[in-house]
Order: sequence, then structure tokens, then C-alpha cells
Amino acid sequence: MATPIISVRGLTVSYGEHRVLNNVDLDIQRGEVLALLGGSGSGKSTILRHIIGLERPQSGTVLVRGVDINRCSAQELKAIRRGMGVAFQGSALFSSMSVEENVELPLRELTTLADPVIEIMTYIKLAAVGLGEAGKLFPQELSGGMKKRAAVARATALDPEILVFDEPSAGLDPIVAAELDELILFFKRAFHMTVVIVTHEMASAFRIADRLAMLHNGSLITVEEKESFVASTDPRIRQFLDRVPNRIAESESVQHHLRELAGITGEQQ
Amino acid sequence: MKPLEIIGDGAIQRLAYMGGLTAQFWSGVRALPRIMPFLGRRGRWRTTVKQMYAIGVEALPMVAIVSACGGFILAIQSASELKRFGAIQLVIDIVVIAFTRELGPLLTAIVVSGRSGSSFSAEIGTMVVTEEIDALRTMAIDPVELVLAPKYLAALVAVPCLTIMSSAFATLAGAGFMFLNRSMTLPIFLRYAAEAIVLRDIFMGLVKSLVFATIIVHVGCMEGFRVKGGPEAVGRSATSAVVKSTFLVIFADLFITAMFYILDRS
Repeated sequence: MATPIISVRGLTVSYGEHRVLNNVDLDIQRGEVLALLGGSGSGKSTILRHIIGLERPQSGTVLVRGVDINRCSAQELKAIRRGMGVAFQGSALFSSMSVEENVELPLRELTTLADPVIEIMTYIKLAAVGLGEAGKLFPQELSGGMKKRAAVARATALDPEILVFDEPSAGLDPIVAAELDELILFFKRAFHMTVVIVTHEMASAFRIADRLAMLHNGSLITVEEKESFVASTDPRIRQFLDRVPNRIAESESVQHHLRELAGITGEQQ
Repeated sequence: MKPLEIIGDGAIQRLAYMGGLTAQFWSGVRALPRIMPFLGRRGRWRTTVKQMYAIGVEALPMVAIVSACGGFILAIQSASELKRFGAIQLVIDIVVIAFTRELGPLLTAIVVSGRSGSSFSAEIGTMVVTEEIDALRTMAIDPVELVLAPKYLAALVAVPCLTIMSSAFATLAGAGFMFLNRSMTLPIFLRYAAEAIVLRDIFMGLVKSLVFATIIVHVGCMEGFRVKGGPEAVGRSATSAVVKSTFLVIFADLFITAMFYILDRS
């Protein structure tokens, strides 16, 4: 197998007593779409923040294109970040700038292209996500789906090798979410980008991902191809796939607590 | 916790805060050349000009009114005492010297801290909450360079200008008082005023205003960058930006005044 573009080894993160990630190993291959699945609080956002270099690992290593992001120089980190586009959950567009200026920002700051070239590139990126006519609008004037698409346009402004998505379909209706899925597939096919998606939407994950990784309570329990993932017999995966709820309230403990509150002690039933 | 632990913990926290502030100050200073016109990246100075307008021009009416009132109050208060010694023309010296050396920079700093310090922290705090700061970092753009540096450069220009305006308006208010009280005309007042101050006083006022501008910008931005959580934290950061920067401004004022005093005597 070729060397993975992103390689996470033994990543462990704890906040105080609480262990968020437990010895996670994950390889992401060049050109694949990997969906990182998991319930709320399973640590998937934490992995993502480590992969994009926002957090430094407490223990373990994160290699991006063979470079350890914990030990590299500021210059190398900058190069890694240039090769990576991130679309945040809340889209994180700069509210003081128009959509156009948002997409232009990385081009203006990190390249020495002339203004007309920047304008053309910005239009191409916006047109690719279907926002060619919305460049002059401000983020507040966009709908949820348009915001996400503008965030994708900004993330791809510098033609990154790796595209990282935090919850692309969160807060979107199914039609708009499906549009976004198509967009991600388009980027994968057209530019051969490696795409990492954090999501809890099974439908969208199955539509776009080549491989699925499942996190449970901070541990990576499986990384598998789509087909074998569906056929999995692991109860934690089955629970996720079949949408089986956890028992939120243990009736025993509720009864016990109510009895305490009512001042009933002993075994009166 | 034992009392000693509480004291030690508080001391460490404050030291860490000052350490963070110093680190941010240095990266802010290092980023300044990159945003200056001609030296830095093209188009960068535009943000600075916008900030100058927000920090300086928009604050001018308030600074002018506050300083004029302050100058008039100082004149009235000192006149009632000085009258007993028949030395009412000393009112001119008091108003002019007090404002060039001390009250001009201080009043300006308090107005700017309340108007701009709080807005810096709210703006940056909101950017932290909406992941905009994270987005900048993942785009390999330094938030200090893009967000803080224009504000810092703008404040370094705007606050001294405001301070000069503050002293000017207080002086005019003093002139108004002397005209009403003793029918002293403006040219005569200004001649007295010019005799009262030396260049050193103006220099001292400007040094102070530069230091105050630095404190307000860096404390305001620091509070913003430190925001964790939701909208409520943004509100709290705005409050503590004003409280902490006002406190540090007065503390720095004491330090600078004492330093000039000691230099004067030696």
C-alpha cells in the first residue's frame, strides 16, 4: 500500500480526568474519502482538530504528508496548512467581508498573484460551488446551505490536496445536504482530493465515503470499507446503524431518587 | 484551599496573564511592519485606516466634550482655592500642565478603553466562538497579523492624536473660564499657557498615550482571544477588557509619572 497522506499514531488526549481520545491509530490514503463517524462526545471533532493542526497532541504523533505536525518548524506547518482546506461546521465565514472577499483572502494573503488573476480564480471557485452570482453578498444574507458552499469555495481556494469537512450536513435539509454530498464527490473526482469528513449522518456518509471509521468513547473501533462496515456485527456499530437509542434514564435509579426525595426510606413498596 | 494556596494560585494566574500579554505584545510588534503601507503586503493598510477612523475620529466628539468639561471643572475647583491667595492666574498653569502631562492621556485612555477596548474583545471573542480564528489558523494566516496588528497600528496613531485634542479642548475650556471670570482674552491666555508648559510636558503626555494605546489594544485583544464557550463568555470578555485595561492604564500612569519624576531630579 502507498504511504498514507495522513497518519495518526497512538493519539491520546485527556482533559483533566476525562479521556477524550484513547490511543487512536488512523491512516488516510491519498485520494480517498474517509468518513469519521461517531456519536456526540465520541471525540471525532478532537481527532479532526489534531489532523488540521489546531491542537498539538499530548501523546502520539500526527503525520501529514510524512511531516510530524508536532515537531515541524513554523515554515513546515505553514506549508502543511496551505495544502489543506478546512470547512468548519458553522462555516466560519468572516462576517465583515463579502463572500468574494472571504474566498479571496487566502489568495491575497498567501500568494503573490495579481489582482485580476485573483478575481478570476475567486469567480471560478465560487462558480464551482454554484455561487458565481452571490459573490457580492455578505455571509449574513446567505442561507445555511449557501454558507456551507461558500466555506467549501474558501477551503478550496488554494487547490489543497486534502479537504477536511466538519459536519457538512448538520443543520441542513435533506435536499441541500444531498447537494453538498454531490459537491464533495465532484471535488474528489475532478481534483483527486483526499477528503476527510466528520459526520453522524449515515446516509451522507454511505453516499460519499470510500471507507468509514467509527469512534466510540474516544477509541477507534473500526476502519472499514463501506460494504464490510454495513455487514459488521459489532454491537456498537449495529446500534449506530440501526438507530437503537441508549437507555437515557435507568428506571431503578429514578425510582430510588424519587423515593429519597419523598423521604421514603427502607423497603416500603 | 489553604490561604497560602489561594495566594500562590492567584499570583501564578496573574503572572501567566502578564506573560501571555507580553508574548502577544512582541508578536504584535513584529507584525507591525507587515501591515504598514509600502513595507507590508499590498492593501493591508486599508484595514488600519478603517480602524483609525473607528478608534480616533469617531471618539473625537466624546473626548472633546469630556476634556472640555474636565478642564472647566478643574478651573472652577482650583480657582475657588487660588482666589484666596490672589493667585487666580495660576489656574492657567494648573489646567494646562495637568492636561498635557496627565489628564489628557488618562481621560483619552478611559474613553478609548470603553469604546474600542470592549469592541476589540467582543469582535475577536465572537470570531473565536464562530471558529473564524481557527479558520484563519488553518489557512496559515496569523490572526495576530490580520486582526490585532491593524488595530495596534491604528491605536498608536489615533490615541496620541486624541490626546493632543483632549489637551487642546481642556485648554480652551480653561480659556473660557478665565474669560468669564476675569475677561481674559484668548491670545493673552494662550501666551500664559505657552509659558506654563515646557516641551518635556508634551513629550511626557505623548509617551503616556503610546503606552496606554498599547495596553488597551493588547488587553482588549487578549481577552477576545481567550474567550471559551458561547455568547455569554463574549459579554464577560468585553467587561473584563475594560476593567483590566483601565486598571493597567492607571498603574502604568503611576509608573511612568514616577519614572519622569526620578529622572527629573537626577
